Amino acid sequence: MSSHTIQYNSHPGNLERSEPLVLDTANLKRGEMIINMGPQHPSTHGVLRLEILTDGEIVKEVIPHMGYLHRCYEKHAEKLPYNQIIPFVDRMDYLAAMNSEHAYVMGIERMLGIEKDIPKRVEYIRVLVAELNRISSHFVAIGTYGLDIGAFTPFLWVMRDREHINRLLEWVSGARMLYNYIWAGGLFYDLPVGFEERCNEFATYLHPKLIELQKIIIENRIFIERTANIGVLPLDLAINYGVTGPMLRASGLKYDLRKVDAYSVYPELRFDVPIGKGEMGTTGDCWDRTQVRVLECFESLSIIEQCLEKLTGEFKRTRDFDPQAMVPKKIRPKTMDFYMRAENPKGELGFFFRTTGNTDIPFRCKVRAPSFVNLSVLPSISKNVMISDLVAILGSFDIVMGEIDR
Amino acid sequence: MSLLDHKFGQGGIVVSQLEDVLNWARLSSLFPMSFGLACCAIEMMQTFTSGYDLDRFGIIPRATPRQSDVMIVAGTVTFKMADRIKRLYEQMPEPRYVISMGSCSNCGGPYWEHGYHVVKGVDRIVPVDIYVPGCPPRPEALIGGFLKLQGKIRQESLVEPKAVERFLTKRTSETAII
Amino acid sequence: MNVNFQEIKEAILVSLGTEAVLGENISLAQPQLIVNKEYLKDICLFLRDDERFFFDQLSCLTGLDNGVPKNTIEVIYHLYSIPFNVSFILKVETDRGDEQHLPEVSSVTDIWRTANWHEREAFDMYGIVFIGHPDLRRILLPTDWEGYPLRKDYKEQEFYHGIKVAY
Repeated sequence: MSSHTIQYNSHPGNLERSEPLVLDTANLKRGEMIINMGPQHPSTHGVLRLEILTDGEIVKEVIPHMGYLHRCYEKHAEKLPYNQIIPFVDRMDYLAAMNSEHAYVMGIERMLGIEKDIPKRVEYIRVLVAELNRISSHFVAIGTYGLDIGAFTPFLWVMRDREHINRLLEWVSGARMLYNYIWAGGLFYDLPVGFEERCNEFATYLHPKLIELQKIIIENRIFIERTANIGVLPLDLAINYGVTGPMLRASGLKYDLRKVDAYSVYPELRFDVPIGKGEMGTTGDCWDRTQVRVLECFESLSIIEQCLEKLTGEFKRTRDFDPQAMVPKKIRPKTMDFYMRAENPKGELGFFFRTTGNTDIPFRCKVRAPSFVNLSVLPSISKNVMISDLVAILGSFDIVMGEIDR
Repeated sequence: MSLLDHKFGQGGIVVSQLEDVLNWARLSSLFPMSFGLACCAIEMMQTFTSGYDLDRFGIIPRATPRQSDVMIVAGTVTFKMADRIKRLYEQMPEPRYVISMGSCSNCGGPYWEHGYHVVKGVDRIVPVDIYVPGCPPRPEALIGGFLKLQGKIRQESLVEPKAVERFLTKRTSETAII
Repeated sequence: MNVNFQEIKEAILVSLGTEAVLGENISLAQPQLIVNKEYLKDICLFLRDDERFFFDQLSCLTGLDNGVPKNTIEVIYHLYSIPFNVSFILKVETDRGDEQHLPEVSSVTDIWRTANWHEREAFDMYGIVFIGHPDLRRILLPTDWEGYPLRKDYKEQEFYHGIKVAY
């Protein structure tokens, strides 16, 4: 036991000094109390602390505290070259690492002006792995949401299917979760031989499983009772708070950056954008958000099948294909400010770069994290709900603390 | 397991040392307090469930520190979280163990150089028994870490209680080699 | 895209006067308008409510430190109009100040509520005080942290609660 390395200085006021309560304990009415849903709790959303003013069951006010996972991404981005920042980009939204890398790399390519020169095969592979990662991220969202509500079986099913996706992505990139695969100007490796057949098998395997998932959790009577009409997010409030992604689509707005901005090869692919219609309750409630995520999984599966068709047909592998052909030796964009945004599974992921000409280290790289903005809506839509409803509302946001705290 | 296997042949009477039985009971049902902080938490979740089931080792996650044996620190430890980790560790009853999962909690991980808010290793806050390297460690690596911890518990002795042990000897922690 | 940068700039100049705009940077791929700090809230309200543009979403609010030689701190606003599919970028520059006189910018929280947490983060990382913000306190770092980390001249503190900060 290496106790000689312990340096921590225990002091009774430490906790209060580092993150004091916002609400005033002196002004509580009779019967009210301030409860902490602390940074460590069984709901698997990561280290988020909620300060709740409640009378025991009805929540009057919720104040989120974050920063327990602040890993100084933006400071690293001011000290490292562009290509060395890619592993840190992975680790922000660790459930959808390929999507985050894709957004970051597209930003760099647009700054350098080489986005038209990227080979089509590379673009299709990028979209393929990004959509696989989108399914994987939505699976964790739906599985852990079921776990919060009390449904254990969908969680196990979803983890089993996610294991298959992890193994496919490990075959492609070498790592199960944090890939460092999409590089500025290309990819790290080409797809391995035999990958397209395996991926096709996986797509045919997954379709009935998605239908099963829809039946067991989305159309489940208990789930509907727990989530319909809870946490309704009106559309104008959502836009004013800057909410994007499945949460905004569930409130009724058909807004998907893959269609609006039309980046990469998405204009050549046919897919639909599901929105929430309030079938089981009100438009914009928790049920709608989960339903939108499951429908997006279906759409992603269809995108994957189209990509595989292209990758085995028109853009078949050739012996002399080098995915690193267009990777620049030194990434030196001119002096500019540039903002690139892309559709992450959680919402609009934006990267703001400021570059200063003749160096390959960015001057500033700010991340507009979707979960950070989505979480800011929580205090407004959880007035006068019960504590178990608060858990249901928080679960439907699908937040990742790595992204919120960066 | 082997303790029971070749003892139950003799008419249902098992003769053994008390220490062996106690250690066997402790290591076969380690209840971790799931302390998932970051990306390693997802791999930990994957290890607990389908595919790399940890339930077959008797390991079930418990949400509360008061009822858990081992704390798996999975993910980056930041200064804001450091106070809370210490408090949770103090809330666990003895005998308690700590597994540090992933590079971030071993030594600060990829954030060692410019991370001003990252604690460079959770062993600056709580004493660690097992370090599992990786970023994130594979589920097999985490299972290996648990088996190493079980090996460590197997060698514990009642005669010298743990606190006295720590005081008298200077043992170094073991690293899980995968 | 049916409105472009010049039209928006003209509209702002017409409705708020020539002192509102301090300059522009149109050589970039994404042109920026540098505005006067005093007129920031009026410009934002005008942009949000005018029917020609209707910038209803604040995509991103960035703080930026130009370093000790230039001695300025900037705040950059990325606006986006969902109905018209138009983006617009505003920039505000102010002096860097020091611990006693932190730089001040007016807050746009009552125009777009996204800005609430973004401004708290800019305060946390750079020390920019947003006047009119309902609840300005640190968001990502602990309340008793010393310094504003993303400034170019930031030095980490030696110890925090007894633990050594550096490796």
